Amino acid sequence: MHEGNERRKRILEGFFFAFVLITIAVVGIGLGVRRWLPPLASEHGAGIDRMIHYLLITVGALFILGHVVLGYFIWRFSRQERITYRLASARAEKLWSLIPGIVMALVAEGGVLVIGLPIWQKYYLHPAPPDAVLVEVTAEQFAWNIRYPGADGRLGRTDPQLISYENPLGIDVRDPASRDDIVQLGVMYVPVGRPIHVRLRSKDTLHSFFLPHFRVKQDAVPGMTIDIWFTPTQTGEFEIACAELCGFGHFQMRGVLRVLPLEEFERWLTAQPAFSP
Amino acid sequence: MAGKPSVHTHAEPTSFWRRYIFSTDHKVIGIQYYLTAMGMALVGGALAMLIRLQLGWPDEKWPLLAKIFPRGMSGGVMNPDFYLALITMHGTLMIFFFVSLGLVSGFGNYLLPLQIGARDMAFPFLNMLSYWTVVPACVIMLASFFVEGGAAASGWTAYPPLSAVEQAVPGSGLGQTLWILGMALFIASFTMGGLNFVTTILNERTRGMSMMRLPLFIWTLLIASILGLLAFPPLTAAAILLLFDRHGGTSFFLPSGLYFGERVLPHSGGSPLLWQHLFWFLGHPEVYVLILPALGIALDLLPPFTRKPIFGYRLTVYSLFAIGVLSMIVWGHHMFVSGMNPYVGEFFAIGTLAITIPSAIIGFNLIASLWGARLQLRTPALFALGSIAFFGTGGLGGVFLGNATSDIQLHDTYFVVGHFHFMIGGVTLLAILGGTYYWFPKMFGRMMNERLGKIHFWLTFIAFYAVFLTQHFLGFGGMPRRYYAFSKFEFLAPIRDMNAFISVAAFVLGAAQLLFLFNFFWSLFRGARAEQNPWRAATLEWVAPTPPPHGNWGETVPEVHRWPYDYSVPGAPEDFTPQTVPPTVVEVTR
Repeated sequence: MHEGNERRKRILEGFFFAFVLITIAVVGIGLGVRRWLPPLASEHGAGIDRMIHYLLITVGALFILGHVVLGYFIWRFSRQERITYRLASARAEKLWSLIPGIVMALVAEGGVLVIGLPIWQKYYLHPAPPDAVLVEVTAEQFAWNIRYPGADGRLGRTDPQLISYENPLGIDVRDPASRDDIVQLGVMYVPVGRPIHVRLRSKDTLHSFFLPHFRVKQDAVPGMTIDIWFTPTQTGEFEIACAELCGFGHFQMRGVLRVLPLEEFERWLTAQPAFSP
Repeated sequence: MAGKPSVHTHAEPTSFWRRYIFSTDHKVIGIQYYLTAMGMALVGGALAMLIRLQLGWPDEKWPLLAKIFPRGMSGGVMNPDFYLALITMHGTLMIFFFVSLGLVSGFGNYLLPLQIGARDMAFPFLNMLSYWTVVPACVIMLASFFVEGGAAASGWTAYPPLSAVEQAVPGSGLGQTLWILGMALFIASFTMGGLNFVTTILNERTRGMSMMRLPLFIWTLLIASILGLLAFPPLTAAAILLLFDRHGGTSFFLPSGLYFGERVLPHSGGSPLLWQHLFWFLGHPEVYVLILPALGIALDLLPPFTRKPIFGYRLTVYSLFAIGVLSMIVWGHHMFVSGMNPYVGEFFAIGTLAITIPSAIIGFNLIASLWGARLQLRTPALFALGSIAFFGTGGLGGVFLGNATSDIQLHDTYFVVGHFHFMIGGVTLLAILGGTYYWFPKMFGRMMNERLGKIHFWLTFIAFYAVFLTQHFLGFGGMPRRYYAFSKFEFLAPIRDMNAFISVAAFVLGAAQLLFLFNFFWSLFRGARAEQNPWRAATLEWVAPTPPPHGNWGETVPEVHRWPYDYSVPGAPEDFTPQTVPPTVVEVTR
């Protein structure tokens, strides 16, 4: 009698474990099919989204399969009174291990080699196209400074020793290239459909230039100038967030990115006064 | 000499101090480490609760907490500096002072000599020294909360310039200096421990205990110790260089032109990326230093409750080695968007994703070990099975992050937070807890309460998924980590309310651990007396008397004749055959 109760309890517990694992798999599907990524607004972002969606489907399938199989095994083998399989031969162990090995080689390595790295190479290993619009972004605690080169297409020299309240970037006015530079604080204007070449710098700590809708994220490192580029595909107002811990104001280091039609952008740019301290 | 391990035996010290405080007995040291780790976990857990309180309800006021933290929560509102100190110290305490100390030093010290048939560690005095080096490290870390400016606030990764320049963040004053000193002491201690583990495993195995007869937990300890010995010294060096940059005016990590507090700092020529390389050269192997022993415990907890051998012992050992080797050359996957050369990023992406292959083999072997079992869902088995699920979930999340292309969007978001909590938080937590339920009778001679244990497991398991699986999806939404609040950004508006749900689940997770704490101390004094081998297990530690005496084995050390997983051998009198049973009595099947 007592043993029957024990057995029933064990079967119930195995069933419950399986139920929980399968519920997790179902909740995983429910969460996975929801649209989480911020709406896409850049050209190369389509490639990044393709990579993420490929992984969501393949890795998501393995997540579901793993939980269901584990649940099934727990349910099935908690009912058994004696073992039905003991020891695999060395050969069988090797053959079976080919399954996880090959699956991961295809899903993980295959994914990055076939889909991931071509996108990575296109945007990181190639310089910005020659028709790109140059914008310098200089991060500081806790703001984004934006600078355009003006009509000469060249950014003026800067020197940290020249930084002051009126000259937050330390622009050297003796450099002729600086005379038509345009400086903005916190709002970055760019045209749609043209590559944007961002020269990223930092005045103090690490920051990270994160455009969630554009799938752009790049750390700004003091002492380094890092060049990245992207092409906006949507007009509108978007946000710039900081994604690398930079101090107590990290969470409110917000900038705005305004993507305008090309003519409107050019009109805006010509209307801006050149920098003068 | 004459190769007899019994030369190590000497009389048990009789004074209280030499027996329980400054003991050289690996079992006492193991329990000291374990209890220290649990104490640090309580602090680290309390910090996590405060973090979740802030993130769940960023606009609420908590007047009661203002009384406890007059500076950090003045007026009942959390100060952003205090928040950064909380996340920094939560990470540091949990990774280095809870999981490393509890899992590797705690269980490692207690079990290693018992499972290989030794009387003690190879260097008992070094063992004691390693424990008494980590105690001041703990004190220094905890003390840093009470100094001016508060504890370190540059994240557990301590990236300069934030960690190097005092003006950068309030915690970058004395708090950061103490953090560096605490870490240096911790590393010194952990290095002593690692040397001791490697030497003991290689030299102190009893007669018949060949390497391929070691329990998998010992294998994982060996590989983890080697990794620790290789990876920790660069961080020590980096920490000392950081100390020089902070107090000696050097510029290892600081470039020229840093502008802080209305003036340009006199540094020049250094690179913040150098620190990141040195940190992650440790940081990534450290992940495996923690996760491998956790997997070792999961693998070793299965056979007593499936009543059959583990599946794929050899391939698991080879896979562990492959993971160990690969883990040394993938640190750069933490730096895909750091400004590191993108060519190097490709190498690190390919290397990182190669780790999924041996990892998947281990995961597969764990699940396959259930095939044909007579599964008994006792509390330790629940935790072992739960850690398989966590390992799968965490490991699969890693495929998104090791892939440089998808990492661009997910880097430094809550996807990363969810992922690493499953791996170095979840698999390790379940291994420590499951290991406690399993070896408690060996350590203290009493059983822990089974019903409380099961409730504890289910609350922990379900709440953990609710917290950290959800966080993965917030990461897809772009929610950055280390944010004090998510109210400043419109793009986070559709998802930020989920933080209240996550916080409630986190509180359930935290409260469930109090149940464990109660069970632990209640069972210590009131638990049912344990038999010598309550789980009917085949590994060597259960052959020793319970609790084992000084020197572990009495007059003669045991001799080993078989691997540790001889369960349900056909024709054997019992469904488990201890490693000491000679082949003349029960046939050796492997």
